[in-house]
Amino acid sequence: MPNGALSIVDKAAAPAAAAPFVDIENVSLRYGESADTLAITDLRMTVGKGEFAAVVGPSGCGKSSLMKLVTGLLPPTTGDLRVAGARVTGPLKIVGMAFQNSTLLPWRDILSNTMLPLEIVQPHRNRLRRNRKEYEELACNLLATVGLRGFEKKHPWMLSGGMQQRTSLCRSLIHSPELLMLDEPFGALDAFTREELWAVLQDLWMQRRFTCILVTHDLREAAYLADVIYVMSARPGRIVATHRVDLPRPRTVESTFDPKFVDIVHKIRSEIAQARSDDRQRTAAAGAA
Amino acid sequence: MSPRAFRRLETAMPWLVIVGTLLVWELAVDLFGIRQFILPAPTAVYAALVQYHEPILASAFFTLINTLLGFGIGIVVGLLIGIFIGSSRLAYAGLYPVLIGINSIPKAAIVPILVLWMGIGQPPAITTAFLLSFFPIAVNVATGLATTEPELEDVLRSLGATRLDILAKVGIPRSLPYFFASLKVSITLAFVGAVISETLASNDGIGYLMLQAASQFRTPLMFAGVTVIAAMGIATYLVCVFIERRFTGWATRKQTMAAMGGG
Repeated sequence: MPNGALSIVDKAAAPAAAAPFVDIENVSLRYGESADTLAITDLRMTVGKGEFAAVVGPSGCGKSSLMKLVTGLLPPTTGDLRVAGARVTGPLKIVGMAFQNSTLLPWRDILSNTMLPLEIVQPHRNRLRRNRKEYEELACNLLATVGLRGFEKKHPWMLSGGMQQRTSLCRSLIHSPELLMLDEPFGALDAFTREELWAVLQDLWMQRRFTCILVTHDLREAAYLADVIYVMSARPGRIVATHRVDLPRPRTVESTFDPKFVDIVHKIRSEIAQARSDDRQRTAAAGAA
Repeated sequence: MSPRAFRRLETAMPWLVIVGTLLVWELAVDLFGIRQFILPAPTAVYAALVQYHEPILASAFFTLINTLLGFGIGIVVGLLIGIFIGSSRLAYAGLYPVLIGINSIPKAAIVPILVLWMGIGQPPAITTAFLLSFFPIAVNVATGLATTEPELEDVLRSLGATRLDILAKVGIPRSLPYFFASLKVSITLAFVGAVISETLASNDGIGYLMLQAASQFRTPLMFAGVTVIAAMGIATYLVCVFIERRFTGWATRKQTMAAMGGG
Protein backbone atom coordinates (compact mmCIF):
# COMPACT_ATOMS: atom_id res chain seq x y z
CA MET A 1 0.00 0.00 0.00
CA PRO A 2 1.55 3.31 -1.05
CA ASN A 3 -0.01 5.32 1.74
CA GLY A 4 2.39 5.13 4.67
CA ALA A 5 -0.05 5.86 7.48
CA LEU A 6 -2.40 3.06 6.54
CA SER A 7 -1.05 -0.40 6.27
CA ILE A 8 -3.72 -2.39 4.54
CA VAL A 9 -3.14 -6.07 4.97
CA ASP A 10 -5.10 -9.06 3.83
CA LYS A 11 -6.54 -11.58 6.21
CA ALA A 12 -3.59 -13.94 5.86
CA ALA A 13 -1.42 -11.41 7.65
CA ALA A 14 -3.87 -10.41 10.35
CA PRO A 15 -2.30 -7.98 12.79
CA ALA A 16 -1.40 -9.24 16.22
CA ALA A 17 -1.39 -6.05 18.26
CA ALA A 18 -0.94 -6.76 21.96
CA ALA A 19 -1.71 -10.15 23.50
CA PRO A 20 -5.07 -11.03 21.94
CA PHE A 21 -7.96 -10.42 24.32
CA VAL A 22 -10.54 -11.77 21.93
CA ASP A 23 -9.21 -14.62 19.82
CA ILE A 24 -11.49 -16.13 17.18
CA GLU A 25 -9.96 -19.08 15.40
CA ASN A 26 -11.65 -20.75 12.42
CA VAL A 27 -15.11 -20.27 13.84
CA SER A 28 -18.28 -21.11 11.93
CA LEU A 29 -21.89 -20.80 12.97
CA ARG A 30 -24.82 -22.63 11.46
CA TYR A 31 -28.49 -22.22 12.33
CA GLY A 32 -30.26 -25.53 11.81
CA GLU A 33 -29.01 -28.25 9.46
CA SER A 34 -29.03 -27.27 5.78
CA ALA A 35 -26.14 -25.52 3.98
CA ASP A 36 -27.89 -22.19 3.35
CA THR A 37 -28.29 -21.58 7.07
CA LEU A 38 -24.53 -21.13 7.44
CA ALA A 39 -24.24 -17.65 8.98
CA ILE A 40 -20.51 -17.43 9.58
CA THR A 41 -17.69 -19.52 8.16
CA ASP A 42 -13.96 -19.75 8.71
CA LEU A 43 -13.85 -16.60 10.81
CA ARG A 44 -10.47 -15.50 12.12
CA MET A 45 -10.16 -12.37 14.16
CA THR A 46 -8.06 -11.14 17.06
CA VAL A 47 -8.63 -8.06 19.15
CA GLY A 48 -5.93 -6.94 21.54
CA LYS A 49 -6.61 -5.82 25.09
CA GLY A 50 -7.78 -2.22 25.13
CA GLU A 51 -8.13 -2.20 21.36
CA PHE A 52 -11.11 -0.73 19.51
CA ALA A 53 -12.18 -3.02 16.68
CA ALA A 54 -14.95 -2.42 14.17
CA VAL A 55 -16.68 -5.03 12.02
CA VAL A 56 -18.31 -3.80 8.82
CA GLY A 57 -20.01 -5.66 6.02
CA PRO A 58 -23.04 -5.83 3.74
CA SER A 59 -26.38 -6.32 5.46
CA GLY A 60 -27.15 -9.86 6.53
CA CYS A 61 -23.48 -10.87 6.70
CA GLY A 62 -23.76 -12.29 10.19
CA LYS A 63 -22.48 -9.28 12.12
CA SER A 64 -25.05 -9.71 14.84
CA SER A 65 -24.34 -13.45 15.01
CA LEU A 66 -20.73 -12.47 15.66
CA MET A 67 -21.89 -10.45 18.67
CA LYS A 68 -23.71 -13.45 20.07
CA LEU A 69 -20.72 -15.69 19.49
CA VAL A 70 -18.23 -13.45 21.25
CA THR A 71 -20.48 -12.88 24.26
CA GLY A 72 -21.12 -16.60 24.56
CA LEU A 73 -24.88 -16.28 24.02
CA LEU A 74 -24.56 -18.71 21.08
CA PRO A 75 -22.03 -21.55 20.93
CA PRO A 76 -19.96 -21.79 17.70
CA THR A 77 -20.75 -24.76 15.45
CA THR A 78 -17.06 -25.40 14.85
CA GLY A 79 -13.85 -23.67 15.81
CA ASP A 80 -12.31 -22.12 18.86
CA LEU A 81 -13.24 -18.88 20.58
CA ARG A 82 -11.26 -17.43 23.46
CA VAL A 83 -11.85 -14.30 25.48
CA ALA A 84 -9.26 -13.18 28.07
CA GLY A 85 -7.40 -16.44 27.52
CA ALA A 86 -10.31 -18.69 28.46
CA ARG A 87 -12.51 -20.68 26.09
CA VAL A 88 -16.01 -19.27 25.80
CA THR A 89 -18.47 -21.94 26.89
CA GLY A 90 -21.44 -19.94 28.16
CA PRO A 91 -22.57 -16.31 28.53
CA LEU A 92 -19.62 -14.17 29.60
CA LYS A 93 -20.03 -12.08 32.71
CA ILE A 94 -17.57 -9.30 31.95
CA VAL A 95 -19.35 -7.84 28.95
CA GLY A 96 -21.27 -4.65 28.41
CA MET A 97 -23.67 -4.53 25.46
CA ALA A 98 -25.57 -1.82 23.64
CA PHE A 99 -27.86 -2.12 20.63
CA GLN A 100 -29.49 0.04 17.98
CA ASN A 101 -32.59 0.04 20.16
CA SER A 102 -31.70 1.56 23.52
CA THR A 103 -33.75 -1.14 25.38
CA LEU A 104 -34.16 1.06 28.46
CA LEU A 105 -36.77 0.00 30.99
CA PRO A 106 -39.66 2.48 30.72
CA TRP A 107 -40.65 2.12 34.38
CA ARG A 108 -37.23 3.14 35.68
CA ASP A 109 -35.70 6.60 35.64
CA ILE A 110 -32.39 7.26 33.89
CA LEU A 111 -30.33 6.77 37.05
CA SER A 112 -31.79 3.40 37.98
CA ASN A 113 -31.73 2.29 34.32
CA THR A 114 -28.01 3.02 34.33
CA MET A 115 -27.55 1.11 37.57
CA LEU A 116 -29.33 -2.05 36.37
CA PRO A 117 -26.10 -4.06 35.76
CA LEU A 118 -24.99 -3.33 39.33
CA GLU A 119 -28.03 -5.26 40.54
CA ILE A 120 -26.79 -8.34 38.69
CA VAL A 121 -23.00 -8.37 38.43
CA GLN A 122 -20.95 -9.50 41.42
CA PRO A 123 -19.44 -8.12 43.65
CA HIS A 124 -21.61 -5.01 43.15
CA ARG A 125 -24.80 -6.99 43.57
CA ASN A 126 -24.03 -7.79 47.21
CA ARG A 127 -22.58 -4.39 47.98
CA LEU A 128 -25.28 -2.29 46.30
CA ARG A 129 -27.74 -2.11 49.17
CA ARG A 130 -25.23 -0.96 51.77
CA ASN A 131 -23.25 1.34 49.49
CA ARG A 132 -26.10 2.78 47.44
CA LYS A 133 -24.95 6.39 47.89
CA GLU A 134 -21.50 5.59 46.60
CA TYR A 135 -22.85 3.70 43.57
CA GLU A 136 -25.36 6.42 42.78
CA GLU A 137 -22.52 8.91 42.73
CA LEU A 138 -20.61 6.65 40.37
CA ALA A 139 -23.61 6.47 38.03
CA CYS A 140 -24.23 10.24 38.22
CA ASN A 141 -20.61 10.93 37.32
CA LEU A 142 -20.76 8.56 34.39
CA LEU A 143 -24.01 10.19 33.19
CA ALA A 144 -22.37 13.59 33.54
CA THR A 145 -19.46 12.56 31.28
CA VAL A 146 -21.92 11.86 28.46
CA GLY A 147 -23.75 15.14 29.07
CA LEU A 148 -26.73 13.83 31.00
CA ARG A 149 -26.25 15.77 34.24
CA GLY A 150 -29.63 16.80 35.58
CA PHE A 151 -31.53 14.08 33.72
CA GLU A 152 -31.07 11.38 36.39
CA LYS A 153 -34.66 11.46 37.58
CA LYS A 154 -36.25 11.68 34.14
CA HIS A 155 -37.88 8.68 32.53
CA PRO A 156 -36.63 7.36 29.17
CA TRP A 157 -39.69 8.50 27.22
CA MET A 158 -39.00 12.10 28.22
CA LEU A 159 -35.60 11.97 26.46
CA SER A 160 -34.64 12.22 22.79
CA GLY A 161 -33.33 9.17 20.94
CA GLY A 162 -29.75 10.41 21.22
CA MET A 163 -30.06 10.87 24.98
CA GLN A 164 -31.60 7.42 25.35
CA GLN A 165 -28.64 6.00 23.47
CA ARG A 166 -26.23 7.87 25.76
CA THR A 167 -28.01 6.30 28.72
CA SER A 168 -27.74 2.91 27.09
CA LEU A 169 -23.97 3.46 26.70
CA CYS A 170 -23.69 4.39 30.38
CA ARG A 171 -25.64 1.28 31.35
CA SER A 172 -23.25 -0.88 29.33
CA LEU A 173 -20.22 0.67 31.08
CA ILE A 174 -21.37 1.21 34.68
CA HIS A 175 -19.89 -2.07 35.92
CA SER A 176 -16.54 -1.32 34.20
CA PRO A 177 -16.67 -4.29 31.82
CA GLU A 178 -13.45 -5.41 30.19
CA LEU A 179 -15.23 -5.94 26.90
CA LEU A 180 -17.84 -3.68 25.31
CA MET A 181 -19.94 -5.06 22.45
CA LEU A 182 -21.84 -2.52 20.35
CA ASP A 183 -24.35 -3.61 17.70
CA GLU A 184 -25.04 -0.61 15.46
CA PRO A 185 -25.59 1.54 18.54
CA PHE A 186 -26.12 4.76 16.59
CA GLY A 187 -27.96 3.27 13.61
CA ALA A 188 -31.31 4.86 14.41
CA LEU A 189 -30.00 8.38 15.04
CA ASP A 190 -29.76 11.36 12.73
CA ALA A 191 -26.35 12.24 11.23
CA PHE A 192 -25.53 15.10 13.61
CA THR A 193 -26.44 13.22 16.77
CA ARG A 194 -24.48 10.26 15.50
CA GLU A 195 -21.30 12.31 15.03
CA GLU A 196 -21.79 13.79 18.49
CA LEU A 197 -22.01 10.33 20.01
CA TRP A 198 -18.91 9.15 18.16
CA ALA A 199 -16.99 11.76 20.13
CA VAL A 200 -18.73 10.74 23.38
CA LEU A 201 -17.86 7.09 22.85
CA GLN A 202 -14.27 7.92 21.88
CA ASP A 203 -13.86 9.99 25.06
CA LEU A 204 -15.19 7.16 27.21
CA TRP A 205 -12.90 4.69 25.50
CA MET A 206 -9.83 6.93 25.85
CA GLN A 207 -10.53 7.38 29.58
CA ARG A 208 -11.24 3.76 30.35
CA ARG A 209 -9.48 1.76 27.63
CA PHE A 210 -11.85 -1.17 27.60
CA THR A 211 -11.67 -3.59 24.71
CA CYS A 212 -14.43 -2.76 22.26
CA ILE A 213 -16.01 -4.49 19.29
CA LEU A 214 -18.32 -2.28 17.26
CA VAL A 215 -20.56 -3.82 14.64
CA THR A 216 -21.76 -1.22 12.15
CA HIS A 217 -22.70 -0.62 8.54
CA ASP A 218 -21.49 2.98 8.70
CA LEU A 219 -17.95 3.02 7.27
CA ARG A 220 -17.19 6.56 8.47
CA GLU A 221 -18.25 5.53 11.97
CA ALA A 222 -15.91 2.54 11.83
CA ALA A 223 -12.98 4.63 10.56
CA TYR A 224 -13.63 7.39 13.12
CA LEU A 225 -13.73 5.09 16.13
CA ALA A 226 -11.68 1.99 15.44
CA ASP A 227 -8.02 1.04 15.62
CA VAL A 228 -8.67 -1.87 13.34
CA ILE A 229 -11.51 -2.55 10.91
CA TYR A 230 -12.55 -6.02 9.81
CA VAL A 231 -14.50 -6.27 6.58
CA MET A 232 -16.93 -9.18 6.37
CA SER A 233 -18.20 -10.84 3.20
CA ALA A 234 -21.84 -11.47 2.41
CA ARG A 235 -23.48 -14.49 3.98
CA PRO A 236 -21.90 -16.82 5.00
CA GLY A 237 -19.77 -14.19 6.69
CA ARG A 238 -16.01 -14.37 6.83
CA ILE A 239 -13.32 -11.71 7.12
CA VAL A 240 -12.18 -10.59 3.66
CA ALA A 241 -9.91 -7.71 4.68
CA THR A 242 -8.38 -6.04 7.71
CA HIS A 243 -7.43 -2.38 7.92
CA ARG A 244 -5.46 -0.57 10.60
CA VAL A 245 -6.52 3.02 11.11
CA ASP A 246 -3.44 4.87 12.29
CA LEU A 247 -4.96 8.31 12.55
CA PRO A 248 -4.06 10.22 15.73
CA ARG A 249 -6.52 10.47 18.61
CA PRO A 250 -8.68 12.09 19.67
CA ARG A 251 -10.24 12.15 16.24
CA THR A 252 -12.77 14.84 15.43
CA VAL A 253 -15.28 15.44 12.67
CA GLU A 254 -12.40 17.30 10.98
CA SER A 255 -10.47 14.01 10.86
CA THR A 256 -13.16 12.59 8.62
CA PHE A 257 -12.05 15.01 5.87
CA ASP A 258 -8.42 13.93 6.19
CA PRO A 259 -7.29 12.34 2.87
CA LYS A 260 -6.11 9.24 4.75
CA PHE A 261 -9.53 8.87 6.33
CA VAL A 262 -11.32 9.36 3.02
CA ASP A 263 -8.95 6.90 1.42
CA ILE A 264 -9.65 4.11 3.88
CA VAL A 265 -13.39 4.63 3.65
CA HIS A 266 -13.18 4.40 -0.13
CA LYS A 267 -11.10 1.27 0.01
CA ILE A 268 -13.55 -0.49 2.35
CA ARG A 269 -16.51 0.67 0.31
CA SER A 270 -15.08 -0.94 -2.82
CA GLU A 271 -14.34 -4.14 -0.90
CA ILE A 272 -17.89 -4.35 0.33
CA ALA A 273 -19.22 -3.62 -3.17
CA GLN A 274 -17.02 -6.47 -4.40
CA ALA A 275 -18.34 -8.77 -1.65
CA ARG A 276 -21.89 -7.89 -2.63
CA SER A 277 -21.37 -8.50 -6.33
CA ASP A 278 -19.61 -11.82 -5.58
CA ASP A 279 -22.64 -12.74 -3.58
CA ARG A 280 -25.03 -11.78 -6.41
CA GLN A 281 -23.02 -13.82 -8.91
CA ARG A 282 -23.02 -16.78 -6.59
CA THR A 283 -26.76 -16.52 -6.10
CA ALA A 284 -27.28 -16.18 -9.87
CA ALA A 285 -25.07 -19.22 -10.52
CA ALA A 286 -26.93 -21.20 -7.88
CA GLY A 287 -30.21 -20.13 -9.48
CA ALA A 288 -29.02 -21.21 -12.96
CA ALA A 289 -27.78 -24.56 -11.74
CA MET B 1 -67.40 25.74 20.55
CA SER B 2 -64.39 26.69 22.67
CA PRO B 3 -61.99 23.89 23.67
CA ARG B 4 -62.98 24.26 27.32
CA ALA B 5 -66.68 23.95 26.63
CA PHE B 6 -65.92 20.92 24.45
CA ARG B 7 -63.97 19.24 27.25
CA ARG B 8 -66.77 19.96 29.73
CA LEU B 9 -69.26 18.42 27.30
CA GLU B 10 -66.96 15.42 26.93
CA THR B 11 -67.04 14.72 30.70
CA ALA B 12 -70.81 15.22 30.77
CA MET B 13 -71.44 12.87 27.83
CA PRO B 14 -71.89 9.58 29.77
CA TRP B 15 -74.40 11.23 32.13
CA LEU B 16 -76.29 12.84 29.26
CA VAL B 17 -76.61 9.47 27.52
CA ILE B 18 -77.83 7.74 30.69
CA VAL B 19 -80.36 10.44 31.55
CA GLY B 20 -81.51 10.58 27.92
CA THR B 21 -82.03 6.81 27.75
CA LEU B 22 -84.02 6.79 31.01
CA LEU B 23 -86.21 9.64 29.75
CA VAL B 24 -86.97 7.93 26.42
CA TRP B 25 -87.65 4.68 28.29
CA GLU B 26 -90.06 6.35 30.74
CA LEU B 27 -91.90 8.20 27.96
CA ALA B 28 -92.10 5.09 25.77
CA VAL B 29 -93.62 3.02 28.58
CA ASP B 30 -96.20 5.78 29.22
CA LEU B 31 -96.92 6.48 25.57
CA PHE B 32 -97.40 2.88 24.39
CA GLY B 33 -99.06 1.72 27.61
CA ILE B 34 -96.59 -1.14 28.15
CA ARG B 35 -97.66 -3.32 31.05
CA GLN B 36 -95.40 -3.31 34.09
CA PHE B 37 -94.59 -7.04 34.13
CA ILE B 38 -93.24 -6.77 30.56
CA LEU B 39 -91.16 -3.62 30.96
CA PRO B 40 -91.40 -1.47 34.09
CA ALA B 41 -90.74 2.25 33.81
CA PRO B 42 -87.54 3.57 35.45
CA THR B 43 -89.66 5.23 38.14
CA ALA B 44 -91.28 1.87 38.95
CA VAL B 45 -87.82 0.24 39.15
CA TYR B 46 -86.72 3.00 41.50
CA ALA B 47 -89.83 2.48 43.63
CA ALA B 48 -89.06 -1.25 43.86
CA LEU B 49 -85.47 -0.41 44.79
CA VAL B 50 -86.67 1.76 47.67
CA GLN B 51 -89.40 -0.62 48.80
CA TYR B 52 -87.19 -3.76 48.88
CA HIS B 53 -83.91 -2.08 49.74
CA GLU B 54 -83.29 -4.36 52.73
CA PRO B 55 -83.41 -7.77 50.97
CA ILE B 56 -81.73 -6.24 47.91
CA LEU B 57 -78.83 -4.90 49.97
CA ALA B 58 -78.41 -8.20 51.85
CA SER B 59 -78.40 -10.17 48.57
CA ALA B 60 -76.07 -7.69 46.92
CA PHE B 61 -73.64 -7.97 49.82
CA PHE B 62 -73.70 -11.77 49.57
CA THR B 63 -73.03 -11.62 45.82
CA LEU B 64 -70.28 -9.06 46.28
CA ILE B 65 -68.49 -11.25 48.84
CA ASN B 66 -68.70 -14.32 46.58
CA THR B 67 -67.45 -12.28 43.62
CA LEU B 68 -64.53 -10.76 45.46
CA LEU B 69 -63.47 -14.08 47.00
CA GLY B 70 -63.58 -15.80 43.60
CA PHE B 71 -61.79 -12.84 42.04
CA GLY B 72 -59.09 -12.96 44.73
CA ILE B 73 -58.42 -16.65 44.14
CA GLY B 74 -58.52 -15.90 40.40
CA ILE B 75 -55.79 -13.26 40.78
CA VAL B 76 -53.48 -15.58 42.71
CA VAL B 77 -54.00 -18.60 40.45
CA GLY B 78 -54.03 -16.49 37.26
CA LEU B 79 -50.75 -14.81 38.22
CA LEU B 80 -49.06 -18.11 39.05
CA ILE B 81 -50.22 -19.81 35.85
CA GLY B 82 -49.40 -16.72 33.78
CA ILE B 83 -45.86 -16.46 35.14
CA PHE B 84 -45.39 -20.19 34.73
CA ILE B 85 -46.51 -20.45 31.09
CA GLY B 86 -45.01 -17.08 30.19
CA SER B 87 -41.52 -17.99 31.34
CA SER B 88 -41.27 -21.59 30.17
CA ARG B 89 -41.89 -22.72 26.60
CA LEU B 90 -42.58 -26.28 27.71
CA ALA B 91 -45.16 -25.16 30.25
CA TYR B 92 -46.74 -22.97 27.56
CA ALA B 93 -46.93 -25.88 25.10
CA GLY B 94 -48.42 -28.18 27.72
CA LEU B 95 -50.84 -25.92 29.53
CA TYR B 96 -52.10 -23.43 26.97
CA PRO B 97 -54.39 -25.85 25.05
CA VAL B 98 -55.80 -27.09 28.36
CA LEU B 99 -56.50 -23.52 29.46
CA ILE B 100 -58.26 -22.76 26.17
CA GLY B 101 -60.33 -25.90 26.68
CA ILE B 102 -61.34 -24.93 30.21
CA ASN B 103 -62.16 -21.43 29.07
CA SER B 104 -64.43 -22.60 26.24
CA ILE B 105 -66.70 -24.60 28.55
CA PRO B 106 -69.87 -22.59 29.27
CA LYS B 107 -69.60 -22.08 33.01
CA ALA B 108 -73.36 -22.61 33.51
CA ALA B 109 -72.71 -26.22 32.50
CA ILE B 110 -70.13 -26.62 35.26
CA VAL B 111 -72.33 -25.37 38.09
CA PRO B 112 -74.31 -28.66 38.47
CA ILE B 113 -71.01 -30.55 38.79
CA LEU B 114 -69.81 -28.06 41.40
CA VAL B 115 -73.09 -28.46 43.27
CA LEU B 116 -72.56 -32.22 43.27
CA TRP B 117 -69.17 -31.71 44.88
CA MET B 118 -69.76 -28.72 47.14
CA GLY B 119 -73.48 -28.42 47.73
CA ILE B 120 -75.35 -25.22 46.95
CA GLY B 121 -74.83 -21.61 48.01
CA GLN B 122 -71.50 -19.94 48.55
CA PRO B 123 -68.92 -22.59 47.51
CA PRO B 124 -70.09 -23.08 43.90
CA ALA B 125 -70.64 -19.31 43.51
CA ILE B 126 -67.07 -18.54 44.57
CA THR B 127 -65.69 -21.33 42.39
CA THR B 128 -67.62 -20.19 39.31
CA ALA B 129 -66.46 -16.60 39.83
CA PHE B 130 -62.89 -17.88 40.11
CA LEU B 131 -63.16 -20.11 37.02
CA LEU B 132 -64.36 -17.20 34.89
CA SER B 133 -61.89 -14.64 36.19
CA PHE B 134 -58.51 -16.40 36.26
CA PHE B 135 -58.24 -16.97 32.52
CA PRO B 136 -57.81 -13.38 31.26
CA ILE B 137 -55.29 -12.76 34.03
CA ALA B 138 -53.22 -15.84 33.17
CA VAL B 139 -53.23 -15.13 29.42
CA ASN B 140 -52.39 -11.44 29.83
CA VAL B 141 -49.54 -12.02 32.26
CA ALA B 142 -48.12 -14.70 29.95
CA THR B 143 -48.35 -12.29 27.00
CA GLY B 144 -46.64 -9.56 28.98
CA LEU B 145 -43.76 -11.87 29.82
CA ALA B 146 -43.46 -13.00 26.21
CA THR B 147 -43.03 -9.41 24.96
CA THR B 148 -39.66 -8.92 26.70
CA GLU B 149 -37.23 -7.63 24.04
CA PRO B 150 -34.69 -10.31 23.11
CA GLU B 151 -31.89 -7.69 23.09
CA LEU B 152 -32.65 -6.75 26.66
CA GLU B 153 -32.51 -10.40 27.61
CA ASP B 154 -29.10 -10.61 25.87
CA VAL B 155 -27.86 -7.59 27.82
CA LEU B 156 -28.84 -9.19 31.10
CA ARG B 157 -27.62 -12.67 30.21
CA SER B 158 -24.24 -11.30 29.18
CA LEU B 159 -24.01 -9.85 32.70
CA GLY B 160 -24.55 -13.30 34.15
CA ALA B 161 -28.21 -12.85 35.08
CA THR B 162 -30.16 -15.98 35.96
CA ARG B 163 -33.62 -16.60 34.55
CA LEU B 164 -35.05 -15.58 37.90
CA ASP B 165 -33.13 -12.27 37.71
CA ILE B 166 -34.53 -11.55 34.27
CA LEU B 167 -38.03 -12.39 35.47
CA ALA B 168 -37.75 -10.13 38.52
CA LYS B 169 -36.02 -7.16 36.87
CA VAL B 170 -37.72 -7.15 33.47
CA GLY B 171 -40.41 -9.78 32.94
CA ILE B 172 -42.72 -9.05 35.83
CA PRO B 173 -42.53 -5.23 35.70
CA ARG B 174 -43.08 -5.41 31.93
CA SER B 175 -46.18 -7.59 32.35
CA LEU B 176 -47.74 -5.44 35.10
CA PRO B 177 -49.71 -3.21 32.68
CA TYR B 178 -51.10 -6.36 31.06
CA PHE B 179 -51.97 -7.72 34.49
CA PHE B 180 -53.84 -4.60 35.58
CA ALA B 181 -55.63 -4.37 32.24
CA SER B 182 -56.81 -7.96 32.72
CA LEU B 183 -58.15 -7.14 36.21
CA LYS B 184 -60.74 -4.84 34.62
CA VAL B 185 -61.99 -7.66 32.41
CA SER B 186 -61.81 -10.27 35.15
CA ILE B 187 -63.76 -8.41 37.81
CA THR B 188 -66.81 -8.10 35.56
CA LEU B 189 -66.51 -11.79 34.62
CA ALA B 190 -66.33 -12.70 38.31
CA PHE B 191 -69.74 -11.01 38.79
CA VAL B 192 -71.15 -13.00 35.89
CA GLY B 193 -69.86 -16.22 37.45
CA ALA B 194 -71.23 -15.51 40.91
CA VAL B 195 -74.67 -14.51 39.62
CA ILE B 196 -74.94 -17.55 37.28
CA SER B 197 -74.19 -19.90 40.15
CA GLU B 198 -76.61 -18.11 42.51
CA THR B 199 -79.35 -18.30 39.89
CA LEU B 200 -78.84 -22.04 39.42
CA ALA B 201 -77.97 -23.22 42.90
CA SER B 202 -78.36 -20.91 45.87
CA ASN B 203 -80.80 -19.66 48.47
CA ASP B 204 -79.21 -16.28 48.69
CA GLY B 205 -77.64 -13.56 46.56
CA ILE B 206 -78.83 -11.29 43.77
CA GLY B 207 -79.15 -14.22 41.35
CA TYR B 208 -81.52 -16.02 43.68
CA LEU B 209 -83.47 -12.83 44.38
CA MET B 210 -84.04 -12.30 40.66
CA LEU B 211 -85.14 -15.90 40.18
CA GLN B 212 -87.66 -15.47 43.00
CA ALA B 213 -88.90 -12.17 41.59
CA ALA B 214 -89.27 -13.72 38.13
CA SER B 215 -91.36 -16.60 39.43
CA GLN B 216 -93.78 -14.05 40.95
CA PHE B 217 -93.77 -11.74 37.91
CA ARG B 218 -92.33 -8.93 39.99
CA THR B 219 -90.51 -7.44 37.07
CA PRO B 220 -89.65 -4.07 38.72
CA LEU B 221 -87.81 -6.00 41.44
CA MET B 222 -85.87 -7.95 38.78
CA PHE B 223 -84.84 -4.70 37.14
CA ALA B 224 -83.84 -3.34 40.53
CA GLY B 225 -81.58 -6.38 40.96
CA VAL B 226 -80.02 -5.83 37.55
CA THR B 227 -79.43 -2.17 38.40
CA VAL B 228 -77.65 -3.10 41.63
CA ILE B 229 -75.42 -5.65 39.88
CA ALA B 230 -74.54 -3.08 37.22
CA ALA B 231 -73.71 -0.50 39.88
CA MET B 232 -71.46 -2.94 41.74
CA GLY B 233 -69.79 -3.96 38.49
CA ILE B 234 -69.04 -0.35 37.57
CA ALA B 235 -67.78 0.46 41.07
CA THR B 236 -65.35 -2.48 41.21
CA TYR B 237 -64.24 -1.75 37.64
CA LEU B 238 -63.40 1.81 38.64
CA VAL B 239 -61.39 0.55 41.60
CA CYS B 240 -59.36 -1.59 39.16
CA VAL B 241 -58.83 1.38 36.85
CA PHE B 242 -57.63 3.44 39.78
CA ILE B 243 -55.15 0.74 40.86
CA GLU B 244 -53.94 0.42 37.26
CA ARG B 245 -53.27 4.15 36.94
CA ARG B 246 -51.56 4.22 40.32
CA PHE B 247 -49.10 1.40 39.58
CA THR B 248 -48.41 1.49 35.86
CA GLY B 249 -48.60 5.16 35.01
CA TRP B 250 -45.39 4.76 33.01
CA ALA B 251 -47.17 2.58 30.46
CA THR B 252 -50.15 4.87 29.83
CA ARG B 253 -48.07 8.05 29.98
CA LYS B 254 -45.92 6.74 27.16
CA GLN B 255 -48.98 6.12 25.01
CA THR B 256 -50.37 9.58 25.65
CA MET B 257 -47.03 11.10 24.72
CA ALA B 258 -46.90 9.07 21.50
CA ALA B 259 -50.42 10.19 20.63
CA MET B 260 -49.34 13.78 21.11
CA GLY B 261 -46.41 13.26 18.79
CA GLY B 262 -43.82 13.58 21.56
CA GLY B 263 -41.69 11.00 23.32
